[in-house]
Amino acid sequence: MGIDLPVIWALIIAFGLMMYVVMDGFDLGIGILFPFIHDRIDRDTMMNTVAPVWDGNETWLVLGGAALMGAFPLAYSVLLSALYLPLFFMLVGLILRGVAFEFRFKADEAHRPIWDKAFISGSYLATFCQGVAIGAFINGFSLSGTTYTGGGLDWLTPFSVFTGIGLITAYALLGSTWLIMKTEGALQSRFKSMTRPITLAVLIAIAIVSLWTPAEHRDIAARWFSFPNIIVFSPVPVLVVITTFAIQHVIKKETHAAPFFFALLLLFLGYTGLAISLWPNIIPPSISIREAAAPPQSMGFILVSALFVIPFILGYTAMSYYVFRGKVKAGESYH
Amino acid sequence: MFGLTALELARIQFGFTISFHIIFPAITIGLASYLTVLEGLWLWKKDVVYLELYRFWSQIFAVTFAMGVVSGLVMAYQFGTNWSHYSAFAGSITGPLLTNEVLTAFFLEAGFLGVMLFGWKKVGPGLHFFSTMMVATGTLISATWILASNSWMQTPQGFEIIDGRVVPVDWLKVIFNPSFPYRLVHMTVAAYLATALIVGASGAWHLLKKRDTPAVRTMLSMAMWMVLIVAPVQIAVGDAHGLMTREHQPAKIAAIEGHWQNQPGASVPLILFGWPDMTAETTRYALEVPHLGSLVLTHSWNGQIAGLKDFAPEDRPDSTIVFWTFRVMVGLGFLMVLLGFWSLWVRWHKVLFESRNFLRFALIMGPAGLIAILAGWMTTEIGRQPWVVYGVMRTSDAVSNHSALELSVTLILFIVLYTAVFGTGIRYLLKLVAKGPGPLDGHFPEPSPETGRPARPLSAVPDRLDTPIILGSERR
Repeated sequence: MGIDLPVIWALIIAFGLMMYVVMDGFDLGIGILFPFIHDRIDRDTMMNTVAPVWDGNETWLVLGGAALMGAFPLAYSVLLSALYLPLFFMLVGLILRGVAFEFRFKADEAHRPIWDKAFISGSYLATFCQGVAIGAFINGFSLSGTTYTGGGLDWLTPFSVFTGIGLITAYALLGSTWLIMKTEGALQSRFKSMTRPITLAVLIAIAIVSLWTPAEHRDIAARWFSFPNIIVFSPVPVLVVITTFAIQHVIKKETHAAPFFFALLLLFLGYTGLAISLWPNIIPPSISIREAAAPPQSMGFILVSALFVIPFILGYTAMSYYVFRGKVKAGESYH
Repeated sequence: MFGLTALELARIQFGFTISFHIIFPAITIGLASYLTVLEGLWLWKKDVVYLELYRFWSQIFAVTFAMGVVSGLVMAYQFGTNWSHYSAFAGSITGPLLTNEVLTAFFLEAGFLGVMLFGWKKVGPGLHFFSTMMVATGTLISATWILASNSWMQTPQGFEIIDGRVVPVDWLKVIFNPSFPYRLVHMTVAAYLATALIVGASGAWHLLKKRDTPAVRTMLSMAMWMVLIVAPVQIAVGDAHGLMTREHQPAKIAAIEGHWQNQPGASVPLILFGWPDMTAETTRYALEVPHLGSLVLTHSWNGQIAGLKDFAPEDRPDSTIVFWTFRVMVGLGFLMVLLGFWSLWVRWHKVLFESRNFLRFALIMGPAGLIAILAGWMTTEIGRQPWVVYGVMRTSDAVSNHSALELSVTLILFIVLYTAVFGTGIRYLLKLVAKGPGPLDGHFPEPSPETGRPARPLSAVPDRLDTPIILGSERR
């Protein structure tokens, strides 16, 4: 067969996960920024900016999980069981905030603060756990052949805790720049002033991860710092620095969409850096996408459905973002 | 926890999360088809009653759909987190089937659910009806993929094992495995029946509360016709399902019947009640009907079925549990048939909407369909044990290597979270049902053009969650 199924599926899943990270990233970011905004009307406005789209964003997470099982069953089984607790608490967080999201609008004044707390804690918990999972993924898993031999708490390391916190700052940046785009007046000014320190924090987090990772993993260091890779890959860190300064620069003036798109670019660069470090491994440190791939009969079977359905999902997603474009004004009701 | 092993805890966790989940898709499957029928009748007869009912039940549908999505998210991860050896071994078959289910569900959600819930004023009646039909078809296609996956685990075929992993050889054989057609029909009919019982019970409740409107009468009447026709059909389908199981999974049938061994040439009695004792290898306190077991299971007077003692002790499913879950399911099934015929009787005597005893019975039977679905699934899944893929992989080889402590903690948290979250959801659903179908005020949920606010399932329901509904005073 002329088509390389494992690579195609790796790209589809990587694309799905990136869609998830950028899209659920900004709506989780809203939950992360919630504690800093106290006014009820402001909180309603924040939630209304994502109300039409947030559950569609989580679509990508389910799709990622199912496609991983279909295309790379070995990776699905090893990664999910090795990351059992962080993924479990991520799901707890996502359920809490999802339900809080819907019921908050249907609750009366007395019950609303409870749902607010559930929304905040769910957002922090889900984000932190995703970050921890990424950190543990970079660290790799103890394997004997294709079997996971590590313990139930192997994922918990100083590095993974740091990536957990790092992801909270990254989602906070997506959230605050999203809100700059979607709000106006005094509320928008507040997010502008918040965005400055958050951007700085994200830059520091990226820098620390970029140094910590090669320091602990010799093969990753070799990939980045050997010649000619060091030149080929150098645009990634350079662009990270430029993008950060671009955000700091544009929020000094009248701006709406620009900071959000720079923040997306920043996340995309981080994601690219991760891909450069780990490719072609799907279970670091040693199992590649080819070794973990399902038989071609399985990959081909779902490729047909995926190629039929994914364009529809993309089209629908684009349409709902287009329909709900523009500013959300305070007091616009949810229903 | 309670001295349970990690394997038992993993099984309880999966059973708990999937039991919670299955309730919502079952109602979604039934309601989507019911809504299609209602909209068809509205377009055909132009009787506003059907439109009122459509609006009312589409709100329930929206909430149920949303809860199905949330509880389904957990299921997408359970196979990997808790059953990693199973996923690594058979993921090449289960994975694509579940991926197709997810893709179908999203296709449906992306395209037609929005039109169905919010598109009344945006599209013409023909296109709206088409959308409702597509949503109903989508729920059935989703069920098809899930049941193909489950049935393959019960009666696997169409694969080879290469290097210790399953490789699909013939997808048509994988999907159309021997138990798949029976399971698909049995489950779809079960979803319809369970939904009819819920619709009927809510109609009965409103009539008992003296809220006698044409819409309430229509929904009770439609539901009772459905129960009358479908409950006996379900018993016939179940019988065929049983014969298939006897052929392919004889140990499961022996456990269901609490049947330990045959006497040479003797017929098999049917044990109505008893207590199968796995260690003593006998069914205690058995109340038997001679020949009936042969008659039901082999359709002959003296036919024999395999007894549990024909299987090695380590290959026997837990008879104590499946004996009883099966009887709960069948017992409820016969009560449903009784309800159907009682409804015919009171309809004949023109007291369908007045007979309080009948209405009370219809009300009590409201959850019977869902309980029967859960009992049926427990029977078939626990009856498949000790295998995860029947005859191919044992459940004890499928489970991830988590400690009992880890699994206890996550199980307790699942129970707390689900009780809080879905408890709130179910309370909310009951409130919506209690409100009843109202007269049309020309209002349909839709994203308002001025604000462009959301068009998603839960926005279809206007009620505030914590406002008590003062029954009877709302409507006039």
